[in-house]
Amino acid sequence: MTNPKDLKYSEHDEWLRLDADGVHAWVGITAQAVEALSDLVFLDLPEVGKEIQQGEVFGEIESVKAVADLYAPMTGEVVKRNDALIDDLAILKKDPYGAGWMLQIRVEKRSEADKLMQADAYASHLKSRADHH
Amino acid sequence: MPVLYTDITSEHQTVRQAVGVFDLSHMGRVRFTGPKALALASRVQTFDAAGMLQGRVRYALMLTPEGTVMDDILISREQDGFLLVINAGNRAADLEVINAEAARIGATVRDDSEALAMVALQGPNAATLMERLGLGFATALKYYTFADGPSDFGALTISRTGYTGEDGFEILVPRDNANTLFRAALDAGADLGARPCGLGCRDTLRLEAGMPLYGHEMDRTVNPFEAALDHALRSKEDYIGSTRIAAFAKTPPKQRLQALFVDGPQIPRQGHEIVADGQVVGVVCSGTRSPTLGRNIATARIDTSVLDSGVALRVRIRRNEAAAELTQLPFYSRKRASGPQREIKS
Repeated sequence: MTNPKDLKYSEHDEWLRLDADGVHAWVGITAQAVEALSDLVFLDLPEVGKEIQQGEVFGEIESVKAVADLYAPMTGEVVKRNDALIDDLAILKKDPYGAGWMLQIRVEKRSEADKLMQADAYASHLKSRADHH
Repeated sequence: MPVLYTDITSEHQTVRQAVGVFDLSHMGRVRFTGPKALALASRVQTFDAAGMLQGRVRYALMLTPEGTVMDDILISREQDGFLLVINAGNRAADLEVINAEAARIGATVRDDSEALAMVALQGPNAATLMERLGLGFATALKYYTFADGPSDFGALTISRTGYTGEDGFEILVPRDNANTLFRAALDAGADLGARPCGLGCRDTLRLEAGMPLYGHEMDRTVNPFEAALDHALRSKEDYIGSTRIAAFAKTPPKQRLQALFVDGPQIPRQGHEIVADGQVVGVVCSGTRSPTLGRNIATARIDTSVLDSGVALRVRIRRNEAAAELTQLPFYSRKRASGPQREIKS
């Protein structure tokens, strides 16, 4: 599994794609996170207009196996929410970096992006986590 | 044993529709042998050991002196004694009690957990797969009986038992041959839909079938009546915990295990509270999205006082509440047309 190079990644397996305008960003979870959860049953996302804070829980995703919290990769106001995804979680398996987006946010501090990882750093992060298990 | 090889839902369907191959080697296997085997078996578990015919397998409990549940086990009556299959997580504690009683009684105990491994074939195609493995002698077994026999995989002990709600076999195999047997079952069963299955689907399968899991439906804080396991109390002997059991039996339990259908997408899980009229009246023991029924199911211990009142029950699932409806166990039972005949109760 290779992770798209144009995205940034959090240690909690969220990805973030900054739009060209530098103001908006898309948020989702990585293919590795989807695979680890498997058998998804429920997704809880904040409503449009809500503020999410970098590093804090903004929602949850549940599979037959477990419930996982979703952590905001950057601070911002929710502009769009992917309700089609809430209705059909199979989309996440098929296209986690495209149709499987969860939120679009209006970013407040662009500098927060520096705390996120590039694709290669995320790959080593996953590897070191696997080695610990 | 891994939680899953591929994913829980498809492994679950493999067992319901074809045949799943499980590695159960983590479970404990303990044998009581010699002239004092019966005395030991009568002391440490709750089934009527003296009344068991050779070749039978029965579900039983090991209790604490306080009459709460220390483990749930399968006991088999062998030619020269008894075999107990015990939970991996309780193996050390069980053996401590068993060895102490054995020393007192003068009985012989052998822990075969390391010498033997355990492979289970579960599903409607299990019997066909057994024949292909040269283990056809076991397909004549009735439900909850076992037989010993030679095979290409060494001397085996095979029981027609399982923890899935399907027809199936649990095979004790010499440790060194376990890998060969596991792979042979997958190869020989490829066109029967045989796949390796993990602990994750074992849990969803057993819950659909209404079978309890230690640490969920019961533990050291729960007595057998609260866990609705009265049927395992079949001994009149002076077994550990029997005095307290006699006392418990005189009054109905304050809580009792119930089966629930739970609405909504969120899965009820162990520890979630059951509420009625805003009051906490119970707790979820196990819950899952039933792959067979496509809806959420749970077991929960609930105050018996609210059960007959008809009051609406709800499950608190984190920030939300979901409506729950009482039902009966099991949530799923297979059509028995093609399976083994049920043995006449002894």
